[in-house]
Amino acid sequence: MTNAVAADSAIAAEPKRNSLTMGKRRLSDEILKLLIYLSVFFSVLLAAGILCCVISKGISSVSWEFLTTVTSTLKGTVGIAGNIVNTLYIIVLTLLIATPIGVGSAIYLNEYARPGRLVGLIEFTTETLSGIPSIIFGLFGMVFFGNTLGLGYSILTGTLTLTLMILPLITRNTQEALKTVPDSYRCGALGMGVTRWYMIRTILLPSAMPGIITGIILAIGRIVGESAALLFTAGSGYLLPKAGMGLISKIMESGGTLTIQLYLSMSKANYEAAFGIAAVLLIIVLGINLLTKYAAGKLDVNKNG
Amino acid sequence: MENQKTITIMGSSQNKSAVEKAAQSVFTVCAFMAVMAVASITIYMIINGTPALFKVGVGELLLGTEWAPGAAQPSYGIFYIILTSVIGTALAVLLGVPIGVLTAVFLAELAPGRVAAVIQPAVELLAGIPSVIYGLLGVMILNPLMYRLELRLFHGSATHQFTGGANLISAVIVLAVMILPTVINISTSAIRAVPEHLRAASEALGASRIQTIFRVVLPAAGSGIITAVVLGVGRAVGEAMAISLVSGSSVNFPLPFHSVRFLTTAIVSEMGYAADTHRQVLFTIGLVLFTFIMLINISLTRILKKGEKEND
Amino acid sequence: METGRKRTKINARGLNLYYGCNHALKDIDMDIRPHAVTALIGPSGCGKSTFLKSLNRMNDLVDCVRIEGSVTLDGEDIYDPKVDTTLLRKKIGMVFQQPNPFPMSIYDNIAYGPRLHGIKSKSRLDEIVETSLRGAAIFEEVRDRLKKSALGLSGGQQQRLCIARALAVGPEVLLMDEPTSALDPISTLKIEELMEELKKKYTVVVVTHNMQQAARVSDDTAFFLVGQVVEFDSTKNIFSRPRDKRTEDYITGRFG
Repeated sequence: MTNAVAADSAIAAEPKRNSLTMGKRRLSDEILKLLIYLSVFFSVLLAAGILCCVISKGISSVSWEFLTTVTSTLKGTVGIAGNIVNTLYIIVLTLLIATPIGVGSAIYLNEYARPGRLVGLIEFTTETLSGIPSIIFGLFGMVFFGNTLGLGYSILTGTLTLTLMILPLITRNTQEALKTVPDSYRCGALGMGVTRWYMIRTILLPSAMPGIITGIILAIGRIVGESAALLFTAGSGYLLPKAGMGLISKIMESGGTLTIQLYLSMSKANYEAAFGIAAVLLIIVLGINLLTKYAAGKLDVNKNG
Repeated sequence: MENQKTITIMGSSQNKSAVEKAAQSVFTVCAFMAVMAVASITIYMIINGTPALFKVGVGELLLGTEWAPGAAQPSYGIFYIILTSVIGTALAVLLGVPIGVLTAVFLAELAPGRVAAVIQPAVELLAGIPSVIYGLLGVMILNPLMYRLELRLFHGSATHQFTGGANLISAVIVLAVMILPTVINISTSAIRAVPEHLRAASEALGASRIQTIFRVVLPAAGSGIITAVVLGVGRAVGEAMAISLVSGSSVNFPLPFHSVRFLTTAIVSEMGYAADTHRQVLFTIGLVLFTFIMLINISLTRILKKGEKEND
Repeated sequence: METGRKRTKINARGLNLYYGCNHALKDIDMDIRPHAVTALIGPSGCGKSTFLKSLNRMNDLVDCVRIEGSVTLDGEDIYDPKVDTTLLRKKIGMVFQQPNPFPMSIYDNIAYGPRLHGIKSKSRLDEIVETSLRGAAIFEEVRDRLKKSALGLSGGQQQRLCIARALAVGPEVLLMDEPTSALDPISTLKIEELMEELKKKYTVVVVTHNMQQAARVSDDTAFFLVGQVVEFDSTKNIFSRPRDKRTEDYITGRFG
């Protein structure tokens, strides 16, 4: 080191045209970096700001009574129990219909179909379906399920409308999961002489389960947050179902979800209740995000194993 | 001996194949649900959207600028409504896409693992927030701010119609915020998919990190980022509930401080009570919106196909 | 020693490099002569590529890397904190194992470096593109399709394009990391011929796992083994009279 440095410094004493240390500062780099940091700062601040604002303004309205009673001028209560129940109804019913169809569609696309026009058409329409805005689904649901099929403003109309909406979500997630199942599993099973359906039932579906579950969780998030597609389909009823047969007949009655109630409260300038519902919704969204992460983690484990 | 069945490869396949066939046809039907859904939505939109076009007249409806469905002499010009959606979406994309892409650059290229682990959930939260909450915050936070700005800018103006802050700018800001997570997520994965050797080649030529990102990585991630933009456009065009109260909801030429009505908000705010021709016109508005969305979807498929070809 | 030093382009003195706690390069001393081809040979994982990358500080990109000792280019320590890696890499170009053209036109690939360093004039860029492509012996093959995507070229053409791209920034040294290992024999031959040409203008350092190639194209050869230089001498000496038993074993194919 010392010898070399001594020798080098002799050379270094000479004036050099192409020194390695005379670099210009790149102003454009600094500006771009600044813009990047500003953008990130903005995005993060936005998320944090929304979270804090909604929770701080809304949490005071959220109480046991708020969650467990129904708004009534007679009893003088303000509550969202009916809306919570409606939301649960719609989530469960929608998933019951959409999950089998979505998973079945994914199985067809991945395991049965030969690539060609047909698959192209199905994939294009699935893609299209996920791009159609919810207000269009709302209009379609209102006319088709509500008027043509005569279901009116009811939870069932809302459910059927949302089924179409979340179908692509479930199909795509299942497809992704099926793609990660190695071909050797399929060959191994089919090589043993089992039928394709048996192979799908016993090998593919269990391996794809984390992906299907991720799709379901994402679908729940979508349903909880949906409003435009429900406004003209499920309507805005906020009463609790009656016990007994009422639980079933409720399906044919109008039922507004939390988001619809939030929209209506906001329209009526009842901001206290609106923020209360917003806080409840945000907490649900946070929970769903955590669940998704958990499910995705499971998916990774599946890949490694 | 004669009763005993021999095992042949032709064997008990009849039974099995029935189940097999049933399974296959069930799956096929499931797969066709998407096709049927899109087909019936298209048909219904056309059936319900076209009568008004004939009743009111194509030119008068699409290019008319006066919207007075409740008047004694009702007029149904939706030109300003269409224009508002186009301009509002364009502005929201101009505002949201740069912020989204730059955030994606940070997440995919610059952020150390731990920092990314904090930002990622924030983006996911933004993506998961229901649109009505964006609307609520727009009404409660953005509109008062805009109102103050409006009071200052148009102080003493005799011609300006005060909107209380519910104007085009507020709606554009809400839309820009709402497309942010879409743009960030898709751009981030597009940037991450750029092969490492391109970065090495660029840096070996003396490019700085930033130069490499903007001159090699982003162009290489081009089709992915265009996808992000197109999906952002789709989301902005189709958003209804978040902006229905924020934008003020009266039909005006889309200028920044005007109270405006979008295609989506027109449907949301009037469908509840509209009847007859008015209702049919609202369906025509839906049809216009649907046409926009279909155009966006088709261009998206084109881009994706092109991207696939480039990768090959 | 002083007379010898005058004829060296790059000196490594006591170079040690650690990836985390893995000691990847151990006390490397090496004098690389200008206008000569220096080959770095050795079994995989011996540190030859790592050494090559430490000559233009490409190892900086890797996390948790630690470097001791010095590497000088024309007497300037390249690990001096004041060194601008942009200028360093402008002087020391690099060609990688896998041809890695950018997904843009042939012209833009070559013009990338010059534009980066602030050349905007169209005519100047045209000139640089042509001389660089000629320098890499590929101009005649691509002159009609300069505006077409570089990804449409064959592997061998892509690699020569990458060499041209490296030449376009006007380097003094060219580092090549197994430049022919992904190519077919004919393309390999073309690149080897090209190296003969290149050394007239540039100092070339090439990592190769192909000993015949080292013997054919290089003037000096360094034999690496587990992070150390076992022997560094003229190629003639290494291949005819290796001083170290391990070198002899390696070049005669007894291990590695």
